Amino acid sequence: MKKAYIFVFGASSTLLLSTFLFVIVPRLGQSEVVQEGRSAQLPYTEVQARGRAVYIEYGCIYCHSQQVRDPVAGADGHFGWGRPSRPSDYIYDRPHLLGTSRTGPDLSNIGLRQPSRDWHHLHLYNPRLLVPWSIMPGFPFLYRVVPGEQAPAEGAIEIPNSKGNWLLPSEKASSLVEYLTCLKRDGETP
Amino acid sequence: MDTQLAFVILTFGASVLAMVSFVVALIQRQVLVPPQAAQAIFSTGEMGCTELESRPNNRWKSLDQSARGPILYFLLSSVGWLLLGSTLGLIVSIKFHHPEFLGTRDFLTFGKLRTLHLNIIAYGWLSFAGLGLSLWLVPRIMRVPLHKPKILYLAGSMWNFGVCLGCLGILSGYTDGLEWLEFWWPIDGLLAVAGALVAIPLFQTIWRSQEKHFYVTMWYTLAAFIWFPVLFVIANMHFLHTGVQQGIVNWWFAHNVLGLWVTPLGLGIVYYLLPKITGYPIFSYQLSLFGFWGLALFYSQVGAHHLLGSPIPTWVANLSIVMSVGMAIPVITVAINHHVSAYRHLGVLRQSVVLRFIVFGAMMYTVSSLQGSLHSLRTFNYISHFTHWTVSHAHLGLYGFTSMVFFGGIYFALPRLLDRDWEYPGLINLHFWLAATGILTYAVSLGIGGILQGMALRDSSGTFEQSLKVTLPYLVGRSLGGSLMLLSHLVFAFNICDLLGRTAREKRS
Repeated sequence: MKKAYIFVFGASSTLLLSTFLFVIVPRLGQSEVVQEGRSAQLPYTEVQARGRAVYIEYGCIYCHSQQVRDPVAGADGHFGWGRPSRPSDYIYDRPHLLGTSRTGPDLSNIGLRQPSRDWHHLHLYNPRLLVPWSIMPGFPFLYRVVPGEQAPAEGAIEIPNSKGNWLLPSEKASSLVEYLTCLKRDGETP
Repeated sequence: MDTQLAFVILTFGASVLAMVSFVVALIQRQVLVPPQAAQAIFSTGEMGCTELESRPNNRWKSLDQSARGPILYFLLSSVGWLLLGSTLGLIVSIKFHHPEFLGTRDFLTFGKLRTLHLNIIAYGWLSFAGLGLSLWLVPRIMRVPLHKPKILYLAGSMWNFGVCLGCLGILSGYTDGLEWLEFWWPIDGLLAVAGALVAIPLFQTIWRSQEKHFYVTMWYTLAAFIWFPVLFVIANMHFLHTGVQQGIVNWWFAHNVLGLWVTPLGLGIVYYLLPKITGYPIFSYQLSLFGFWGLALFYSQVGAHHLLGSPIPTWVANLSIVMSVGMAIPVITVAINHHVSAYRHLGVLRQSVVLRFIVFGAMMYTVSSLQGSLHSLRTFNYISHFTHWTVSHAHLGLYGFTSMVFFGGIYFALPRLLDRDWEYPGLINLHFWLAATGILTYAVSLGIGGILQGMALRDSSGTFEQSLKVTLPYLVGRSLGGSLMLLSHLVFAFNICDLLGRTAREKRS
């Protein structure tokens, strides 16, 4: 079947063109971005990186973006999500977690907006304890609930209106909260 | 900025030039081989005769039977994944308005089930159905039995095993974390090998054929089999990429799964079954050239429109916008070709439910593609981006178009493969109406919800809370549409089980 060759040739060449434009050329421009970002921020610590893996495992990305748009595009700044993002904000992000959905709010700067670890733990345990209209899934399986008059252990959090029940975060929950509270993309342009 | 603009214009110019030269080259070959190629899919005496689901005298019987086992294996695998994938889809949809639905256990959490739904539908249902139907079409069009079909059992089993492993991985936390590429990378390697094993018999069948004409369906199938493996391997080299630049690669791949894998397989089936069922060749064979080469050029470069507003280089964003709008060219040419062909034989729609599936699918291809061109424009994208509109659009394309076409293809192919008619043609009709009503309810409801959500996300006098609350009734509407779709799949599966059961019983007695 001689005529098939032209389709093999054509299909390969269009794919080659698009690979060049969308994979190779942006990759070549990456070293400049990385240099710019190195001077502005620190890499994730071990705990934060583990927390990031938990964020990925439970699919937070499907509802939360981590990119702030220009004021022309949306009311991102008005919602308090921070300054518009820059490529150099993400040099330690592999895999990237830019996200494409905002069923939940943007989390680029959640560490600045909500620095309280206790708030995050309660919210992850059951989002509707703190935000009644939330449709976020709860992650009670990342916690142990212990009754008691006093804190049963260090780092336990009292559940409000629960007659003395305490929340004990698992290692996964703690590192996830470490990751969330470290998200502060407010660096100025170097 | 000037250099960026020049670069975009240059690229666009080069693409158009390339397209024109391809078309010219092909037309010249067409002069030597007259457009009778459009009739290549008919055997003597078939032209002008309507062909329904039933097969009174199947002239293609020996070719159909040549690889019957593996094809059945692929098609039945696809139906299994469809049932699982759509059940998960409905659960996920309900979790949107009832977050506590099914309790809050680790493996039942929204983020995991949603990922399973997407991957099972993309790599289980759509890929298996598309592959199975291509394997059925290649021998028919090339008029040679499928070469070395036995290897397909191995390929299909590896693919099934890969999808199973990938899903178990997602449930237990092994994921690459990139949308559409969640399967853990070693499993992607397994899938790549399985894909190559499917390609071998397919390519060899094409090479060995003595058939004069290379029918349009084969252009799409051949190209898809070149595009997808390359895309899949390149996109899975995660170690090469970071940050925003990885985002570009991610969406370049994700949109190409639709554009260069599922869409060409679906269009190939429309180009085969539409003329086959009506009994008349496609409206304009020359026009289909534009459709194909336009798709090859434009569709491969639209991915970055998923990242408008993010800090990707401006030229990448602009390039994708230009290409997304350019997609209107192949879409409109294919639309003219399909819709004129269908319009000339509207009466057949009353007799053939399969044709209804195909025509509905072709219509949804036009609608969802034009939607795609529209919402890649910045003005519209600023509203639709980050909202449920995107999900609505994706389902219109992957369900309204490709899944409906695959349903039609399976309803047409199975009786010919098993040499047995459907016992309950009424159920095919029921499947059609449930699925069509379901997807339209889904897409319209979620589309409206998405736009309202997008407007709230732009409203600097409002709050984020409003952007969520406004979508709630539409999320319920989506679950309603999704339930109808799932119900239609149960009807589909029942009909297939009945057909298989009767075949098996007859064999025994």
